[in-house]
Amino acid sequence: MAGDVLSLMTGEVLEDVELTLGELCRRCGVPAEHVFELVEQGVAEPVGRDPGVWRFRGVSVYRVRCALRLERDLGVNAAGAALALDLLEELERLRVRRWRLED
Amino acid sequence: MEFKDYYNIMGVERDATQDEIKRAYRKLARKYHPDVSKEADAEQRFKEVGEAYEVLKDPEKRAAYDQLGANWQAGQDFRPPPDWDQGFEFHGGGFTDADAAGFSDFFESLFGRGFSQGGGRRTGFSARGEDTHAKVLIDLEDAYHGATRGVTLRHTELGPDGRPRVQERTLNVRIPKGVRQGQHIRLSGQGGAGMGQGEAGDLYLEIEFRPHPLYHVEGKDVVMELPVAPWEPALGATVKVPMPTGAVDLKIPPGSGNRRKLRLKGRGIPAATPGDLYVVLNVVLPPADSEAAKAAYRQMEQALAFDPRAHMGG
Repeated sequence: MAGDVLSLMTGEVLEDVELTLGELCRRCGVPAEHVFELVEQGVAEPVGRDPGVWRFRGVSVYRVRCALRLERDLGVNAAGAALALDLLEELERLRVRRWRLED
Repeated sequence: MEFKDYYNIMGVERDATQDEIKRAYRKLARKYHPDVSKEADAEQRFKEVGEAYEVLKDPEKRAAYDQLGANWQAGQDFRPPPDWDQGFEFHGGGFTDADAAGFSDFFESLFGRGFSQGGGRRTGFSARGEDTHAKVLIDLEDAYHGATRGVTLRHTELGPDGRPRVQERTLNVRIPKGVRQGQHIRLSGQGGAGMGQGEAGDLYLEIEFRPHPLYHVEGKDVVMELPVAPWEPALGATVKVPMPTGAVDLKIPPGSGNRRKLRLKGRGIPAATPGDLYVVLNVVLPPADSEAAKAAYRQMEQALAFDPRAHMGG
C-alpha cells in the first residue's frame, strides 16, 4: 500500500474534456440507443451533425447517469427524467442564491 | 441481526393491496431519492424503502415474509427460523431488478443465499467495476497554483471472515491549476474492482473549496469583501489587500460608495480566459467610544447636513 500512497495520480478534469458517443456510453454503462433517447430529450446536448461525429461535454456523464437513476428508481421515462433534471438544477441555483442573500 | 418491519418502513398496513404498496413506494422513492432529496439521511432511507419494496412487491417474497408472523418489532434481535422458506417457490432469483448491494443483513439472511442459487449467479462472468465518487476539499490557493492533495477514501469490503469491514486508502492526487468548485477529476481505474476479466471502474473526485474567511467563489470569479473606513472610499485611498496570489496595493477611487465592486481583471481563477477578482467595499464605522471620536462624529453631523433617509419621503 505504501507505494500507492507515494505515487502521484493525475486525472482529467471532467468539465474540460469532450467525449464521443462511444465514450459516453461506456462511462454510463448504457447502449447507444438509450443515449439517443436522452439526447432527444435534451439530457445531453452533443455538438455535431450525426452520432458518428458527436462530441459531448464531459459533464454529460453526470446528467446522463442521474437521468438513468431517475428512470430506474422512480419509473419515469426519458422525458420525465429530463424535466426532473432541469427542475433540480433550477432548484440548486435558487438554493445557492438564497444562501448568498442570507449571508 | 435486527428485525426489519417492512410494512412500517413503507407506511402501509399489513393487509395493503399490491397497488397500495406500489403507490406508497413511488411516493417514498420520490421523497428520498438521493438525486432529488436534500435530507441528510436520504440515501439510507431510500435504500431501506427499496429493500422493503423488493420484498413486498413480490407476492412470493411477501408471503414468505408474512409467515414470520406479525409479532416481531422493528430492531428486535432476529434469527430466521430453520428452514423458514421451506415450501416457498421463488422465481427469478432473489435480487431481481433492484441493486441489492445495499440491502441489510436481515434481507440477506432471508432472501440472499438461497435466492442467488435459483437466480443463477453466472460463473466466469465479467463486468466492469463500478465507478465510485468522493469529494475532495481544497483551498482556493490550490486552484491558483495547482497542488497535490492526499485524499483518504473509505469503503466497505468483505473480510476473510465474511464480515464487512471498513478499508481505508490514501491517494496522492494532483489538483490541476484552474480547477473550479463542483468540477470533477476522473482517476481512471481507481474505482471499484471489476468482476472476472472486467476492468476496474473509475474514481470521480468532486472539487469543493474549503470555506474561506475572506473569499467566496462564483465560477471562475472570486469575490472578496474588503473592510474599509468611511473616509477611504470617500477620499480615495491605496490599501494593502491580501490576495490568493499575495498582497497587492489596491487603489480605491475617491467618491466610491459602500458596496462598490472593484474589478481586478484576470485575477480570478486561472484559465485560458482567467476569471476576475471582485473586491466589494464594506464600510465599517469607527466606534464612538471616546470623547475625541464623539467630537469627530458631531463635527461630521454639523458639517455634512447629511440625511440618509431623504429618499424615503419621511
